Amino acid sequence: MGSSNSSVNNIPNAQELMQETGFSAAHILRLHERFEFLDKHKCGQLRLVDRPTNQPQDFGAVQELALNPIGDSIISAFFSPGQETVDFASFVRILAHFRPTDRNQSRDGAQQEPANSSIRKLKFAFQMYDQDRDGKISRAELLQVLRAMLGIQVTEEQLQSIAERAIQEADLDRDDAISFDEFRKSLEKVDIDHKMSIRFLR
Amino acid sequence: MELFFNPFDNLVCILLGISFTVWFTLLLVFIIVPAIFGVSFGIRRLYMKTLLKIFEWATLRIERGAKEKNHPLYKPYSNAIIAKEPTSLEEEIKEIRRSGSNRDLDSAPEFEMSDIFYFARRGVESIMDDEVTKRFSAEELESWNLLTRSNNNFHYISLRLTVLWGLGLLIRYGFLLPLRVTLAFTGVGLLVVLTSVVGLLPNGRIKNFLSEKVHLMCYRICVRALTAIITYHDSENKPKNGGICVANHTSPIDVIILASDGCYAMVGQIHGGLIGVIQRSMVKACPHVWFERSEVKDRHLVAKRLSDHIEDKTKLPILIFPEGTCINNTSVMMFKKGSFEIGATVYPVAIKYDPRFGDAFWNSSKFGMVNYLLRMMSSWAIVCSVWYLPPMSREEGEDAVQFANRVKAAIARQGGLVDLLWDGGLKRGKVKDTFKEEQQKLYSKMLVGTQEDRSRS
Repeated sequence: MGSSNSSVNNIPNAQELMQETGFSAAHILRLHERFEFLDKHKCGQLRLVDRPTNQPQDFGAVQELALNPIGDSIISAFFSPGQETVDFASFVRILAHFRPTDRNQSRDGAQQEPANSSIRKLKFAFQMYDQDRDGKISRAELLQVLRAMLGIQVTEEQLQSIAERAIQEADLDRDDAISFDEFRKSLEKVDIDHKMSIRFLR
Repeated sequence: MELFFNPFDNLVCILLGISFTVWFTLLLVFIIVPAIFGVSFGIRRLYMKTLLKIFEWATLRIERGAKEKNHPLYKPYSNAIIAKEPTSLEEEIKEIRRSGSNRDLDSAPEFEMSDIFYFARRGVESIMDDEVTKRFSAEELESWNLLTRSNNNFHYISLRLTVLWGLGLLIRYGFLLPLRVTLAFTGVGLLVVLTSVVGLLPNGRIKNFLSEKVHLMCYRICVRALTAIITYHDSENKPKNGGICVANHTSPIDVIILASDGCYAMVGQIHGGLIGVIQRSMVKACPHVWFERSEVKDRHLVAKRLSDHIEDKTKLPILIFPEGTCINNTSVMMFKKGSFEIGATVYPVAIKYDPRFGDAFWNSSKFGMVNYLLRMMSSWAIVCSVWYLPPMSREEGEDAVQFANRVKAAIARQGGLVDLLWDGGLKRGKVKDTFKEEQQKLYSKMLVGTQEDRSRS
């Protein structure tokens, strides 16, 4: 791994990040190493696509992500709309959504919504469906995600019927699209905290 | 002025001459002659034991120093940042749904919006830590072996430790490295010269006998050039003529380690330069299988030459590394099926390096070959174990891929390595679409059932 003397102090804004996201110093260190590993060109930013081939650039190094059906959606979640690069702070902030929720969290009104709250986790999942970020999951978007998850294993009719059923169940105001509130209502009973959290060691 | 220098000059010359003679005699007696006859004085094992004691002391000292100064110790043994659940796609999605609805789950499960949670979580987990890339960086050590290249905690801890490290540096670069380089040149030089000489003889029993002796002797000298301390287990399973020897690959040194205990026919591409010279002279003494660059792409040609070699029972067993690339010795990656299609008996061999003395893994994207060899020759020693596993053959109804996986599992089990299904070549290339299809198949099976179910209903 190299003999460089690595410590949290070498990472810019480490303390702020720790406060904001709730990651410990050790986690920030590990994530920074991971970031540097993905940042093949050593420019301090991860890039979205490699022009002119349009292949996923830095995230393409993660082989397991390439075979995840919604891999591309996950990658675009890291980049703000219109941006093609992401720096370490933003990288960590997105990953912070997957920290397990803290049980005894008492919030006063003024405090900002923590990164790993249920609402933020839900928003991340919503973003997986809502690719164009217009706040609604249209029928076309749903079909696209379903096609990615199922590949060539299902016929067009089967796909349409699955999408139809899903929209009928969740779409309460009958506008043929699922808004974030409808999404949240339909997943009321799911244990979001558990299912969208990753167990961090140490 | 000149008169003043002359006697001094003479003295220096005489001293140099004497020290060279002494040096070479020692070299000859303690290293080269035993190499020729295959005996060992046990000096290397004693050396190994002493080193271990020193390392233990050094590690304790670092830990104590870190505690005193309240530095958080960078614990290297947990390579992972996250704990991954080993559950399957089906189990996880069922669980998500169970918590979400009161519906009876025995009826055919339909798509739920919450299914995406599983894929999102797995995707982000792999961004933070994935199995494949972990295997391509050097293994992290628990104890420090006095090499700064394998230490992340090296601050100034104590005078004694720094002195010890400095002493180690001096010994390694000032004494061991020149010694080893001399031996390496001797070994390689002898190999080239003697195999060419043996190559002049007519084919026959004497030639084979001599070629065997020559190869063994030169490889043994190279082993000593690296101060490799090797323990061979189960030598009764050593590969025989007409078979294929298959081993896991960590570094180019694997070849030297295996070839110093038995004679093999090597397989590979002809290179230019020094390696090309060695290859060409080796093949004069006994038949190795070298391919031109253009022939390597043609799989049928390769397979034909290999099977021709195997059918001739007078020729030596072939040595192949089916992973195709160097792995960091914590796992075994997918075996390429080419060698398993030929139909010969396969003799699996497991090689496990002890990382405490020096990391033998060749990270070809980080270091070139010469740089790597210099690093090897300036570490303390290379300690490894070799296990010869009982021979395996392809069974009825088993295809080449299944056979390859069976052999891989046996090697991984014996060497204490993790058995991965990933292709080592992935570190450079893109994932094949077949892997993505597997995931899609699993998920769609849950939702709409398999083809048979659908046609039945």
